[in-house]
Amino acid sequence: MNPQFIADGLVAGAMIGLGAIGVTLTYSILRFSNFAHGEFISWGAYATLLTAGLIGYLAPSSNEGYGPFSVGWGVLVAGLIAMVLTGLLAVLLDRLLFRRLRRKGASITVVMASFGASMALRALLEFLFTSSPRYFSRDLQIAVPVVPGIRVTPDQMALLGMTVTLALAVHLILTQTHMGRSMRAVSENPALARVLGIDIDHVIHITWLLGGALACASGVMLGLVVQIRPYMGFDMLLPLFASAILGGIGSVPGAIIGALVVGVSEAATVQLIGAEWRAAVAFLLLIAVLLIRPSGLFGKRV
Amino acid sequence: MKTTVLRVENLVAGYEPGLPILNGASIHVNAGEIATVLGPNGAGKSTLIKAIAGLVPKVSGQVCLGDRDITDVPAHRMIGNGLAFVPQTENVFATMTVDDNLRLAAGVMRSKSALVRVDELYGFFPDLARQRRLLAGRLSGGQRQMLAVARALIVSPTVLMLDEPSAGLSPKLVEIVFQKLLEIRATGISILLVEQNVRAALGIADRATIMVEGRNAHEGAAATLADDPIVASLYLGASKARLPATEARP
Ligand SMILES: Nc1ncnc2c1ncn2[C@@H]1O[C@H](COP(=O)(O)OP(=O)(O)OP(=O)(O)O)[C@@H](O)[C@H]1O
Ligand SMILES: [Mg+2]
Repeated sequence: MNPQFIADGLVAGAMIGLGAIGVTLTYSILRFSNFAHGEFISWGAYATLLTAGLIGYLAPSSNEGYGPFSVGWGVLVAGLIAMVLTGLLAVLLDRLLFRRLRRKGASITVVMASFGASMALRALLEFLFTSSPRYFSRDLQIAVPVVPGIRVTPDQMALLGMTVTLALAVHLILTQTHMGRSMRAVSENPALARVLGIDIDHVIHITWLLGGALACASGVMLGLVVQIRPYMGFDMLLPLFASAILGGIGSVPGAIIGALVVGVSEAATVQLIGAEWRAAVAFLLLIAVLLIRPSGLFGKRV
Repeated sequence: MKTTVLRVENLVAGYEPGLPILNGASIHVNAGEIATVLGPNGAGKSTLIKAIAGLVPKVSGQVCLGDRDITDVPAHRMIGNGLAFVPQTENVFATMTVDDNLRLAAGVMRSKSALVRVDELYGFFPDLARQRRLLAGRLSGGQRQMLAVARALIVSPTVLMLDEPSAGLSPKLVEIVFQKLLEIRATGISILLVEQNVRAALGIADRATIMVEGRNAHEGAAATLADDPIVASLYLGASKARLPATEARP
């Protein structure tokens, strides 16, 4: 078979991975499956589109493709701003909705509320931007061969590099900083964390901020290599959860590796069987993990 | 006259509204002493210490640390006020290394001196220094207890509260842990010790309070309580002695 599927799978896996980190973090700290996480991907992409448009209005040259890439520095700066905005959106959603329900107890209510929030956020995007797709750039990119049989576009290479950088940054935050240690502590034993003087509400805010920002980065990448549309994040939901669970919920390296497995399996399936089977792959992997090894590849507890 | 560093008055508290576990508990800890709270299973000792720490909702009553009212201070601010707490179970982060457990506590203080304190404590607990890279979950019971105590000391508290540090330890280990508590007292830190192990606790404590059904039933100097018939009936006798909660005070 043509080895191209490996490159395509890794690129898809990188985008899934950034989203899956957020899923795994919110799950391990709040014990909550957030089905609205996909919307942060979509909202992040649209926020970047709008911000890039604004920057392009102020500095027209910002939108010209930089070097071999299809977009200019405007999208990069817009993406960074939108990461903050999406993080704040996640914090806001928690303050307005999830936190209130969490305090009332029943965790299933919070999960259902995330379904509702997901629908509302998506409908709002459709209302604001219609369902027709948007693009950061219409430039066609020429894929260059990296190894025999595998071609990658400059955009895709940049995205892979950024994913590695972001994943490493999150890993360093979690293992080397006080906030990271606090997050791991809250995830293991919230009551003991409070006894030690850790402000749980603060830790929860940072978790949402981080998860939202990474989802935005994932959305920008998806927008660059595919397109921007209101359903883009929702369609990622199954791969996101499959990756987080495959990697072992709570594990950041696990989420990335899980995502790469899902991405490459999807690409292989598309090549071997047909594109209409892509969506089934994440689902089958999810079922297989839950049956064979529910704690995932790197999971400590379920 | 001795100064009181921790004073709890008429505390009513419980896990669920309308179901108080503590029914007016009053205890105090004097500066530089080890005060112990004893009582049968389910008497509410852990609930008392958790309520003081801000982990169990209080209905009424007052908790003062020095002359500060800390009744309504949230749990995560207690450390900043000088009150440290070692819970009865799950008192270390098992998935983190010994070193990360201590650094976590030091990080809360947001000062360089806290990190110096980590090294000081390694000096005070040499066993932990040797195992700093080990996951806390892999420590033996005694070392785990030592880690929990060391972590509570990072912040140099005025009062250290411990919930059954002897639980699950062999008599020899209990002796080692309690010896450490005496050394800690010698550094000027006052201790509130909740215990089931009556003999060991009375052996190191200056003063003891006995709790029954959510209130303190009996109080006295540790040395005299050790020979007290009421204590004997509670802990050594066969009958389920019930103390009249109010009259029993000497
Ligand atoms: N988390 C909880 N939620 C509801 N009730 C609880 C909880 N923890 C303890 N209780 C109840 O509170 C009462 C007092 O328990 P507590 O743990 O304070 O007793 P204790 O004196 O510490 O006992 P032990 O010596 O066994 O540790 C018991 O009836 C117990 O069932
Ligand atoms: Mg107890």
